[in-house]
Amino acid sequence: MASSNQNPNRSDIREKLRKKRRALQDTLGGNKREDDSQALVPSTKLSERKQRAAMKEPQSSEEDPGEMLKRSVRAQRQKKGLHGRSSAQDDDDDDVEEISTIQHRGEDEGSAEKAADPVVLSRPPTGSLSGVSSRITQTPDSHLDSLVTRRLEERLRAARSKGESLQQQEASLEPASRLQSLRDRDTVTRFDREVGPDRAGRHEEPLALSSRAKFRGAARRTEKDVPTAEEAYNFFTLDFEPDPRDGTEKKSKKRDKPRRTAEEDREEEEAEEDIQDEYEDQNEEAPLVRDEEDNLFVIEQSTQDFLEVKKAEYVGYRQLVQQDSELLFTPSFRTAPTSIKLPENMKPRYLEDEGLYVGERPPVSPINENILENRILKMEEGKKWFGDDGRIVALPDPIKESSTRPPLFHMEEDLDPALQPVYRKALKSKNANLYIAGAADPEGDYQLDVDVSGLIFSHHPLFSREHVLGARLAQLYDQYLTRQGNNLTGHLTDKLNGLRSALRNILEIHGGESLTQAMQQRISEYSLEVRNTRQLRDSEQEKDRTLLKNIVKVWKEMKALRNFQKFTNTPYKLYLRRENVDRASDEREHEDEILTEVMELEAEMEEVYQRELAEYRKQLQEWKLWRRKQKAKKKKRKKKKKGQAQDDTEEDEDEEQEASESEGPAEEDPLKPEPPEKPELDSVEQRVREKASRIRRQPGESILIPDLSASGNITATELCPRSETARREDVSRRSLFIKILYNNKEVSRTDGRCLNADFRAHFGQIFYLKILNCPQSINLQVFEEVGSSCSLLAQVFLPVPEPSVVTGIVPIEEYEFSSNQRVMFDHEGVGSDVPISFEADGGNKQTLLTSGKLSCCVCWGSGEDGVPLAPPASQHPGGVHSGLGRLDAVTFIGASGLYDMKKIGEWATQSRLDPNDPKNASIMQLLKVASSGEVTAPDYFRLEQLQEEFNFATDEEVDRSKRFRLLRLRNQGVAEFQSYKFVPALEREVTDKVFQEYEKRLKEGEIVDTTEHLDPHRALVAKHLQRIRESAMNRSVLAKHHFVLCDLVKEEEIPSIGFLGMNLFKLAQPKRPLKPQKKERKKVAAQNLSDGDIKLLVNIVRAFYIPVRRPQTNKPGQSQSATQGSGWLISQVQVRPFVEVSFQRTVLQTTTADGPNPCWNEELQLPFSAPNGNYSAAALQSVKDEVFINIFDEVVYETGSNDRDRGTSTHTRVEKHWLGSVKIPFSAVYSQSRIDGTFKVNTPAVLLGYSKDRSHGADGGYDTLRSMSEGAFVTLFITIEPQLVPGKSVREKFDSQEDERLLQASERFEREAARGHPDRRCITTVIDLNGKTVFVTRYIRPLNPPQELLDAFLDNSQDAAALVARFVSLVPSLPDRVSFSGACGLWSTCDQFLTLLAGDEEEHAVLLCNYFLSMGKKAWLIIGTAIPEGPTAYVLTLEQNCYLIWNPSSGQYYGQHDTFCPLQVVGCLVNADNVWFNVQKYTSPMSMSFDTTKARLWKPFFSRSFSHPGLSSVQPEELVYRRTDKAAAAELRDRIEKILKEKIMEWRPRHPTRWNRYCTTTLKQFLPKLEQSGGRDVAEGQRHELQSMLGDNRISGFPLHLPFSEVRPIVEAVYSTGVHNVHAANVEFALAVYVHPYPNNVLSVWVYLASLVRS
Amino acid sequence: MATSNPSAFLLTVNGQIEGANFPEYDNLYCKYCFVYGHDWAPTSGLEEGITQITCKGSQSSHKLIWNFPLETTFKSTNPSGWPQLVVSVYGPDVFGNDVVRGYGATHIPFTPGQHTRTMPMFVPEPTWRLQKFTSWLLGRRPEYTDPKVVAQGEGREVTRVRSQGFVTVSFHIITKDMKKLGYDTGPSSSANTPSATSGWSTEEQPHIM
Repeated sequence: MASSNQNPNRSDIREKLRKKRRALQDTLGGNKREDDSQALVPSTKLSERKQRAAMKEPQSSEEDPGEMLKRSVRAQRQKKGLHGRSSAQDDDDDDVEEISTIQHRGEDEGSAEKAADPVVLSRPPTGSLSGVSSRITQTPDSHLDSLVTRRLEERLRAARSKGESLQQQEASLEPASRLQSLRDRDTVTRFDREVGPDRAGRHEEPLALSSRAKFRGAARRTEKDVPTAEEAYNFFTLDFEPDPRDGTEKKSKKRDKPRRTAEEDREEEEAEEDIQDEYEDQNEEAPLVRDEEDNLFVIEQSTQDFLEVKKAEYVGYRQLVQQDSELLFTPSFRTAPTSIKLPENMKPRYLEDEGLYVGERPPVSPINENILENRILKMEEGKKWFGDDGRIVALPDPIKESSTRPPLFHMEEDLDPALQPVYRKALKSKNANLYIAGAADPEGDYQLDVDVSGLIFSHHPLFSREHVLGARLAQLYDQYLTRQGNNLTGHLTDKLNGLRSALRNILEIHGGESLTQAMQQRISEYSLEVRNTRQLRDSEQEKDRTLLKNIVKVWKEMKALRNFQKFTNTPYKLYLRRENVDRASDEREHEDEILTEVMELEAEMEEVYQRELAEYRKQLQEWKLWRRKQKAKKKKRKKKKKGQAQDDTEEDEDEEQEASESEGPAEEDPLKPEPPEKPELDSVEQRVREKASRIRRQPGESILIPDLSASGNITATELCPRSETARREDVSRRSLFIKILYNNKEVSRTDGRCLNADFRAHFGQIFYLKILNCPQSINLQVFEEVGSSCSLLAQVFLPVPEPSVVTGIVPIEEYEFSSNQRVMFDHEGVGSDVPISFEADGGNKQTLLTSGKLSCCVCWGSGEDGVPLAPPASQHPGGVHSGLGRLDAVTFIGASGLYDMKKIGEWATQSRLDPNDPKNASIMQLLKVASSGEVTAPDYFRLEQLQEEFNFATDEEVDRSKRFRLLRLRNQGVAEFQSYKFVPALEREVTDKVFQEYEKRLKEGEIVDTTEHLDPHRALVAKHLQRIRESAMNRSVLAKHHFVLCDLVKEEEIPSIGFLGMNLFKLAQPKRPLKPQKKERKKVAAQNLSDGDIKLLVNIVRAFYIPVRRPQTNKPGQSQSATQGSGWLISQVQVRPFVEVSFQRTVLQTTTADGPNPCWNEELQLPFSAPNGNYSAAALQSVKDEVFINIFDEVVYETGSNDRDRGTSTHTRVEKHWLGSVKIPFSAVYSQSRIDGTFKVNTPAVLLGYSKDRSHGADGGYDTLRSMSEGAFVTLFITIEPQLVPGKSVREKFDSQEDERLLQASERFEREAARGHPDRRCITTVIDLNGKTVFVTRYIRPLNPPQELLDAFLDNSQDAAALVARFVSLVPSLPDRVSFSGACGLWSTCDQFLTLLAGDEEEHAVLLCNYFLSMGKKAWLIIGTAIPEGPTAYVLTLEQNCYLIWNPSSGQYYGQHDTFCPLQVVGCLVNADNVWFNVQKYTSPMSMSFDTTKARLWKPFFSRSFSHPGLSSVQPEELVYRRTDKAAAAELRDRIEKILKEKIMEWRPRHPTRWNRYCTTTLKQFLPKLEQSGGRDVAEGQRHELQSMLGDNRISGFPLHLPFSEVRPIVEAVYSTGVHNVHAANVEFALAVYVHPYPNNVLSVWVYLASLVRS
Repeated sequence: MATSNPSAFLLTVNGQIEGANFPEYDNLYCKYCFVYGHDWAPTSGLEEGITQITCKGSQSSHKLIWNFPLETTFKSTNPSGWPQLVVSVYGPDVFGNDVVRGYGATHIPFTPGQHTRTMPMFVPEPTWRLQKFTSWLLGRRPEYTDPKVVAQGEGREVTRVRSQGFVTVSFHIITKDMKKLGYDTGPSSSANTPSATSGWSTEEQPHIM
């Protein structure tokens, strides 16, 4: 009551308090804001921000005093509630007043009461404090400040402890007051809860504040006054030592304010102020200490101070534990002190002590309780879980003291055996999961009503004979009734009459007039109809009559039986009611009927006769015609006979025969047609009458109407003979019941009913089945019970009703059942399945089976509002899927499976479908069609009849849509779209730009780009190649999707025993062995990579025989070269080579080494980026980039020094002179994963100023490496980091025309080879350009080289061979792996190769080998591995007891024992006859024998066991060469020159590029000579010639030689030499191009590029 | 912020990898990642993660509980390549080697609302019996080269797997703008269309048991 009254007061007070607080804030904040605005003007944004932070700060701290006030007021009011409401009226006064009055009143209450109020107590005695604080304001000292703080704290603590002790006192002393206050309990708790968080917040405040203290300091500073520039600077740089004055100043300010405002408030304000100050002071102290430590921002500090040298960070265990403890919380299991569980300054209250009943708490172990309490305390709002007594709120222990369950006293063994649990395996119903959707919902329960009404047996084993007859009679009578009900005969008779009258009418109207065709047609139709109807009627009448006769017959039999057995068993009684008819009219009708029929029949017969007659006449006509012909023929023949001799008879006969033969088959000897018989019209009437008497009632005979009633008496049992009595007893013993099985589970059963004497049972029970499972089957089982044993009599399967079938609207239907059980009795019962006879002689036996009718119905229950409780049709398992609902009009509207049109009609009328509802349109249509009787199932069959449903767009739309196009292209894996992300969702967002590139490419495929290829033929070839590539790609698309286990599953290899042993042994070996073994790097699957992940590592080890500078033969005046001075032989720098590696336009270089055999041993890392960011294996394989390794000589020139500082400094210019290069395609690196070896440096034929003479080289250490090969060499190691998994070869089996046996043998051979020597390549079959597998020897066949090459060196076969090799090498090389990315090595035949003018090493090798064979050499193909190209093919020739190894791609040849032969591994040898696999110990050509006759060393493919089957070659007979086209070559030369000149100018964008024409012409003359010499031996004379011609120009330059395929490689090669990089001012360039044509458009391109510096 | 004509739809997957039922193993942890098509991109949340190691409780259920939250939002323009959650479970074998205990994948449910999925887990089998023994001995069981293999059908015919247990994941699916783009994954009844203001349809799909 009190609380409710107080409520308005309280809200008033709150409102006022809020106002007051706001006013207070305004006074405080207003001042501050003024300050702020002052500070704002000059300060920058940063300070502004800081200020804001600061501004917020004081406000938030002001909240605390406000809260304090509120709390205090509330506490007061609480007291007020105790002391009456008199003071409440005063509350309307000034709120300040109010507080003071309350306070006074509180004081009045007495000291004890005063002490009880914690809030009042928490207020320190104000008077003295203000004195102190006022004193403090005069002493602006930090020390003092802290002193004040300390004192304040002391006082506070004292006050608080005092309060607490008092509280305790109170708790012990004054339980009465407690009790009193209990009345207000509700408010108390609420109060507590509200206060709780506030307090917690207050406790946390200082922590938060201290962290922000610095800002506050700064802000306060800005508050003080407008900062000067210096201050502003300091503000940003210096970390402040907070001015201690600030705080005090502020304090004094603040303290001034209250004085100014209201005197009454003062005390309050003071207290509030003090508490605030307390925090502020704490806050200020924190930064003070820290500032001293880390005054980092002092300007004078050196950079060293900013750097920090630290040990590597180690997180110690302890620290780790500490870190963990930050994340994890382990509640302590110590008792939590009561004080923290309760709201502050609350004393625990024990309700028990106050006399209230407190239930017993559930027993919890103290540790667990402690843990729980501690955990709860950590949580937010944790305190609300604690009650007033400081314990967790708990309900009383729910466990009853005594057990209410009856005790089980017995032990396991003496348990009643009936109670022993029996284990049964759970049977899973197969329908268990077929729940109806939504069946679990409470509203979605479905109910199936099964109404079992009754049972009638049509035969039962216990039937007596009379019963059998009775049943038959009843059956017949039933039949009769139904027929009577249908009254078909009457219908048909009416119809017949109608038809007849219609016919008569037509005939009458038109009288004897000539009938039109249409009329005749109609009449004939009518008469036909009449005939049909008449026949139908007749049969119906006959049936009627037979039925009636049968009824009478059975009834007579029955009567006879009854008489015979002298008792009656059945109550059946048949009455035959006679309905007399008017004899005269009946007779007339009968007669009329007969007459009409007779007339009709006559007419029909007449008609038939006429038709037949017409037919006959026609036939007769034909026959007569034929006869006449025959006669004519005969006459002719007779004439002939007369004219001819007698001995001609034979011939004549033949002729006759012929004639007959010719006529016979064509025209059968037609019989003379029989004229049709005239119909016997007399007999018609006779017949009609006979029939009528058979099927119709005689005229005048009364109509018999049978009437079966069950009103007869049954002879009482005692009057019956014994056997009958036994039967009746048997019957009475039996009873029936029906089990209802739903989904083959018994759900219910009816009550048992006795079997009546009339063999009927009435159940009349309705079972409501609540179902969860989909109805699968509903089955009623009829059981017969005799005594205690029951037997299954029959089963009746009921159809699952349609969802529309609802209770109330369904009539009870009868379901027939029968059983084939054989039952025999020794009494009157006839039994079942036993033949019985009713005849006296035992004939005409019948076998009757137990059968009967069960009347019942199954329907869905209807809910309260008539809603059928049926599962929705769509989820009916047998129904149509709901998604396809629209196909079935009926399903769509929710009545699934009502395929019976009649039922649909009924249903439609019953449910009163709205025909105007568009939803029902389809069913209305259907009904209309159905009622018109034209519902015919379509007699055609449609495939994919649902396809239309799934077509979300028409084909045209799909074709037109850009988005679909994009999606389709991506799906097809078109390169541009393969990794296209985010196909826009909307059509309009697909821009045409997306397709531009793709369309451009498509167009380019059609248009021959002559600018790039310069040669139309080559452009065509390129196009052709592209096409082949595409087809090969397509071929391998499928193969790419073939996976083997290792692609998907990582599995460790099975370690061998040896390996295991080694592992054990390894345990013993030292951890850091002296010679560490190389570990396999981990391979990275390519697709996981992105740009920048892959690096190419090039390790330049050393080089040999670098060309050295030629000693200058210039005039001594030219002093710029580094070779000046005397005694150059000693001091001369021979050469200062360095290596520059360029890859993908990234150029890196090594340091400069000295001498012709330098050693760098440097590793260069070049980044690699895949085209289009596609890092799939296929894309990486098709990277065409090459690694250029160029060797330069660094030449240092002194470029004249100034006179002024001569001797102190010299100006030098560094030039680099290209000495040679090595090209390694990236694909080789990728496929081999590393390239390691010594390579021949491709040096230009002429190096001006350099000598290749080895005598100049260091003649020391490398003698062992000397060999017959010439040139410079460089040792390299190239690899990719991380190691990439090279693309796998295709495992697809290609079809072949080879013999299957051969293929198997080759497979076996290769497999064995791979098993024995996995590193040696063995090739027996290859794939030709058509994608067919071909045996490799078919490629080898002597083929003629171009005649002009042979003509060049007629006398010297060695030179001719070299020239042929050169020709072959000039055919551009295109590695298979690039062209057919990852597909497989395709081998083209030599003519294809020369047409395509591109191929890989194998094709070059095959061509060269074939040339050599035709030149009469012994030549083999070497299949092996070389550096840098990896798996390759070389050619081996035998020349005068020494083997030569030819590199077909370079035209170079090496002796067998050449150290620098790039061929490293020899796998097998191939010639036209055989394939030999290397089974020697060594694979290097140096250390092996090439004698293939030794089976020990070379394993032949064809041996005695498997001889060569005489494989024909796939190569052409001979090669036809096109003549060289000099004009085209000249044209090409000009174009290349033009392009190169443009390019060089392009590469020098900052410098003018001058061309020295004189030099150019000189070089032009020089180039053809180089070609003639094969670029091998440099004409020293020519070099001198050049030198002399150019006079005092310093020339550096060299000729480049390459086979021609495209312009791009030429440009690349020129660029890589770096000639254009001369930046001297007076540099001039000379460029000469020469294209030498070889037959068949094989072109050799020479580019001579030189830079001239005039000295 | 929701534009009237969105060009992409969003799918937010909240939920958790609740736990697993591996009758034979203990101390398991699991890794998860999402596999999705070209037109999908995660816009927020973690695409892959790893749970803590959990041991079986002593209760009768013997379930391993991770309760590892999944929170990811996907953006897409095309439902093709609908994200799948791939989960792989690892744990120590008798010798303490960390071996794989199961791989499994499931599509993120299409319809908004709450779903629970139980993923059957399986591991690849060693190719032959000796391999099985050695792999057991050395603790190097066969693993998929990439756990994402289980989210694709291609090439799976070459592997043989053994089923190991079940992982239960619960999802809370929210979609945005799918209907606007013409993809209606919601329940067939269109009664509860999402309010136009929110755009996030959270209507619950009736449970089909």
